[in-house]
Formats: sequence, C-alpha cells, structure tokens
Amino acid sequence: MRSRQISVALGTTLALLAAGCGSDAKSGATALKSIGKGEGSLQLIAWAGYAENGSTDASVDWVTKFQTDTGCKVDVKVGNTSDEMFQLMQSGAYDGVSASGDSSVRMIDAGLVSPVNTSLIKNYADISPFLKDQPYNSSDGKSYGIPHGWGANYLMYRTDVVNPPPDSWSVVFDKNSPYKGKITAYDAPIYIADAANYLMSAQPDLGIVDPYSLNQKQFDAAVALLKEQRKVIGEYWSNYTVTQGAFEQGSTALGTTWQVIANLALANRAPVATVLPKEGSTGWSDTWMISSKSKHPNCMYMWMEYITSPEVQAQVASYFGEAPANPKACALITADPTHCDVFKAEDSAFAKGIKFWATPRKKCLDGKGNDCVPFSEWIKAWTGIKG
Amino acid sequence: MTAALDSGPSTTRRRVSRFLSARPNWRLAGLLTGPALWLVVLYVGSLIALFLTSLYRLNDAGTGIVEKLGTSNYRDLLDTAVYRTIAVRTIGIAALVTVIDMIVALPIAFYIAKMATPKARTVLITAVLVPLWGSYLVKAFAWRALLGTPGGVFDKTFGASPGYGLPAVVIVLAYLWLPYMIVPIYAGLDRLPDSLLEASNDLGAGFWLTFRGVVVPMLLPAIVAGSVFTFSLSMGDYIAVELVGGPTQMIGSVVYDQFASNLPFAAAFATVPVVVMVIYLLGIRRTGALENL
Repeated sequence: MRSRQISVALGTTLALLAAGCGSDAKSGATALKSIGKGEGSLQLIAWAGYAENGSTDASVDWVTKFQTDTGCKVDVKVGNTSDEMFQLMQSGAYDGVSASGDSSVRMIDAGLVSPVNTSLIKNYADISPFLKDQPYNSSDGKSYGIPHGWGANYLMYRTDVVNPPPDSWSVVFDKNSPYKGKITAYDAPIYIADAANYLMSAQPDLGIVDPYSLNQKQFDAAVALLKEQRKVIGEYWSNYTVTQGAFEQGSTALGTTWQVIANLALANRAPVATVLPKEGSTGWSDTWMISSKSKHPNCMYMWMEYITSPEVQAQVASYFGEAPANPKACALITADPTHCDVFKAEDSAFAKGIKFWATPRKKCLDGKGNDCVPFSEWIKAWTGIKG
Repeated sequence: MTAALDSGPSTTRRRVSRFLSARPNWRLAGLLTGPALWLVVLYVGSLIALFLTSLYRLNDAGTGIVEKLGTSNYRDLLDTAVYRTIAVRTIGIAALVTVIDMIVALPIAFYIAKMATPKARTVLITAVLVPLWGSYLVKAFAWRALLGTPGGVFDKTFGASPGYGLPAVVIVLAYLWLPYMIVPIYAGLDRLPDSLLEASNDLGAGFWLTFRGVVVPMLLPAIVAGSVFTFSLSMGDYIAVELVGGPTQMIGSVVYDQFASNLPFAAAFATVPVVVMVIYLLGIRRTGALENL
C-alpha cells in the first residue's frame, strides 16, 4: 500500500518535471481554433478594479456572474505595476493578464503570451477600431489580445490644500513648489515618460514627439527634471491603496493618479479632485492577453468574451473611471449617463492625444531611427532618480 | 531484547532493525540525510543559485537571461554612484538600528532579569514577545498611520512627527527588531550570578564601574548575538522602507524593483548583504557571540 503511494507520488513528480521541462516558450504560440468546454478554473493577473468579485465593495461584482454562467472559478491576483505583472507571468501559473503597453510588448517578445483568435470573440467586432491592432497589442500582423479599456493618468490634488486648482503638470515638477514633501509620483520607470510629456511643451526645443521614443539627449533632460522633482517628492507610490490612504490622510496633497483611486478616496469623503492638465497626459490602453502556458484556455476565452460585453464593460468603466473599449457599453452606464462623454470614449482624436504606455526599444517606436534609449536603460535610470 | 527479536518470526521491520543495530554509520545516515538535504539543497542551494544568477546577465532586448558567467552586474554595482550610496545607506541604517536597540534593550533586559519580581518577570517577558505574534505588515502599516504628516496620529497629538523618510525607517525598524535584542541580553543577564554584582559592590565599585567592569564584559557575547539579528534583519528589509521611507531606497527596495525586470542584477545586489553578514559573523566569531545565538 505504502509503496504504491510512493510510486504514485514519484510518478506524479516525474510527470510534473517532464511537463516543466517540455513546455518551452513558443509551444503555446498558436491561437485557439474553437472555444470548448470550460476547465472550471481561471487564474488572472489584473489591475485593481478590473476583475471585482464583491470583496472590495459588495455592490461592485461582475466576477460572480461569470462564475455562475461558465463554471470557471476565478482567482484574481492584483498586479501593482507592469514589472510585477511581467514577473508574475513568467511563473506560468496564470491563464491571462490585463497588460498595459509597458509590459505587453515584453510579454510578446518573451513568448509569455499567445496570439488570440479574435474571430472567437463575438464582442470584438464592436470594440473601438482605434484600439485594435496597435503596436502594444499586436505583433507581425497577429493580434495578441482583446482591448479592455483606456484612460489617461490624471493629476489629483487635495482641494483643501492646493490653491489655486492646478491646470498644469508644472506644479509637480516645480523644485520651489509650496507643496514640497506632499507631492507624489508613480513609482515605476515608465513615469519617465510623464516627464518627457511635460517637456514636450515646457522645452519644445528638445524636439520630443513621442515620450516613449527618446534619444539620449531628450532622455537625459527628462531624467534631470525628475532628479529635481525628487527633492519635492514626499513619497513615490506603486500600491494603489497606500496612495489612496495618503491622499485621505493628507500626507500627500498632489500628484499623478488613476481615476479609480480618486473615486475610492471620494467614496471615503476625502476632499480630492482630478484634472487632466493642459499638457495632456500619459495613459494606458489595456489588453487581456492569454498566457502561452495557460491551463484553462477555454475559460480565458470565455472571460475575454464576457469582459468585453456591453453590460460588463459598463460596470468596469463606471467603477474604474475609464473609457470602455466597447462603446456599446455607453448607453448602459446609468450612474452617470454622460460617462462616455466625460472620458471621450468614442473620440478617436482624443485617444490619439493620450500617450498610451508602451515599451521603449532601441528601434524607436515612432519609426524615426535606431538611437532611442531602450527600456532597460529606463529601469536603471529610475533607480538613479530616486537616489 | 535481541533474543526476543530473534526468536520471533522475521518481519521486514525486524530485519531492518537487526541490520541497523550492527551498523552505527547507517543509523547516523538515516537520521541525518533528511535534515542535511534540507540544509544543503534548500538553504545552501538557494544561496548558490542566487550567486550563479548574479553572474548571468540580461539580454539586450531585456526579455530574457543570457546564462553565460560574467561579472558585468558587479561592475555595474561598483561603477554606479547611486548603488554605492544605497549600499552604504543600508549598512548605515542597519548599524543605527542596532545601536538604538542596544541602548533601549539593555535597561529593559536588566530590569526584567535583576529587579523585577518573578511574577512580574513572566508578565514582562511575555509583553516583550507578544508583538512578534503580530503580522509585520500590520505593524508597518500602523506606523504609517502614526507617522504621517499632516494628519498622522503623532502629528495630531503632539503637533510634530518625523513624517515619512529615513528617520521613520530607523524608528520603525528599531521598533520591529527590539525583541530580538532584548531576549538574548535578558538570557545573558539571567546567567550572570547576582553574587558577582554584590561582590563588586562590596569591593567599593559604584553602579557605573560595576556596569562597565563586570556587566558589559560578561554580556558582550549576548549583545553581539542580538546585534546579529537586528543588523541582518534591517539589512534585508524592503517593506518598512516602502511604507514609511518616503522616497528613500535601501538595497531591498532596489532588489524588489528590479527582480522582475533584471533578475541577474537584482541577484548581484542581493549578494551584497550576504557578503556583509559573512564579514560581520567572521568578525564577531572571537567574541563567543555565536554560542549565544
């Protein structure tokens, strides 16, 4: 009896080892042909507020219905930064991820995600065309995911402290700021693009066109600006609950934020407001991608179908404070009928004005040469900026 | 006993037992293989994996690791001013936390060991140890609520608070690791016979002379043992500094920031505290502190 147990255990271990060794990065590089029966489980990596099951707020729940409809039990791991998501995806334990542009390209290049057969997703036809087949969600003419929603990074401030209300990013980059020690900034290398975006109008002679395609001189200018900013920073944030708490308590008075954080703080009656500064902003356009090692691909396809349906898009967009990828959701947002106007969900010109997060490469993303500073240098520079 | 075994029917258990009773080396191997594997594979093995990884490097696209041995990460570490600053800052914070814990722990441990009644002693030792049951994360978040300016508890109550930053990191780490300093010092004092203090007193030594001439030399191994804990725990921290450090970076924060995007470099930086601790441990070997751990 015991020896049988041992041999079974040994057999399982060997099988696991073989499976571990056998699965190379490219093995999952073909898209699904048809959606079969659900596997009963789904492991997701998501931004906070993207896959809510009622545990954050009992009235905010679209995961439970998905579980009832499909029988796929969903486990959500919240990723705080794109780097964290990239690292989590490397473990191979997850089926899908809501990736932003500063990790999606890396995931495609590293073979962590598979192409998506968009014809299997009925809602795909309804999604805003300016979000489809973009550099951050496709490669070699193949689509690598389903757009989720998009929005800008906003400037949030305490209305009781910051006076007059800001309309420019200059308040967070001013080394003589009266709010010294109460300013926050996003703690990730991609924040360098925010400085570059500000320099586009503050120092036009630098000639920055795309904040993700910076030559060495432009990059150095952005880094220098951030080193000056470091002196007035109270703390950098990467965990959304921590920054939400800091704004509510008052130890942070202004800085970059996501609309969802402002919404959560407002729900706790904190005196905060957000503004899209006149220089425009960086932003995100997120994509649901499927892991090349996914053990539950059918459930993942069902999720991509579900999360892009107008009803669910309406809930997500309303809760997170973003433009839904599927504009059919707009008519269903009852809490604020003007939601899609506020976030300009169907305004492709506005969407083009937002500099969506992308992964900088040596070969410039804007196609203007081969001398751009690659993301690995951005990462190193970020440590240097914080000092 | 052996006769009784021999006379019975021969079962597997008995055969094994007979085999082992004649071979002490096999018995020892049976006893130690499990723990030794644990130690070698999981403990030393992970250190070797860490060191090996630190000799690899990231490919140029930044998407994967080139498994070729080289020292480029260590050269980066030495050549870049900010990494040197962060390493020195981390060691400084660890040293400061250790000194503060020594100063706070000595009188507390002395009171518990030598002055408190046996009943109070139990209560006090329990009080020192109870915080260790609480989650590290909860305590760090609690300090966030205490230290914030404006709006934190200290700021509202006393009108002043260090806010988030380097001083906050030192305060929080000193708080978190204090029990690790009190317990070894208490144990050391407990072993110090009262008669020695009385003898010193009888020979005319005052409090300070007794303290310097008798207590400290005998306690030194215990204090150093406590410092091993406070120093190494502070060196590796990255959560307290993330929560109350403001923009401050320590070695742990850089490792945390980079292990996802550049694992070999993160491994190289993570090797630094290991090396510092090895040097520290070699340095204190002579004090006899390692027998007090």
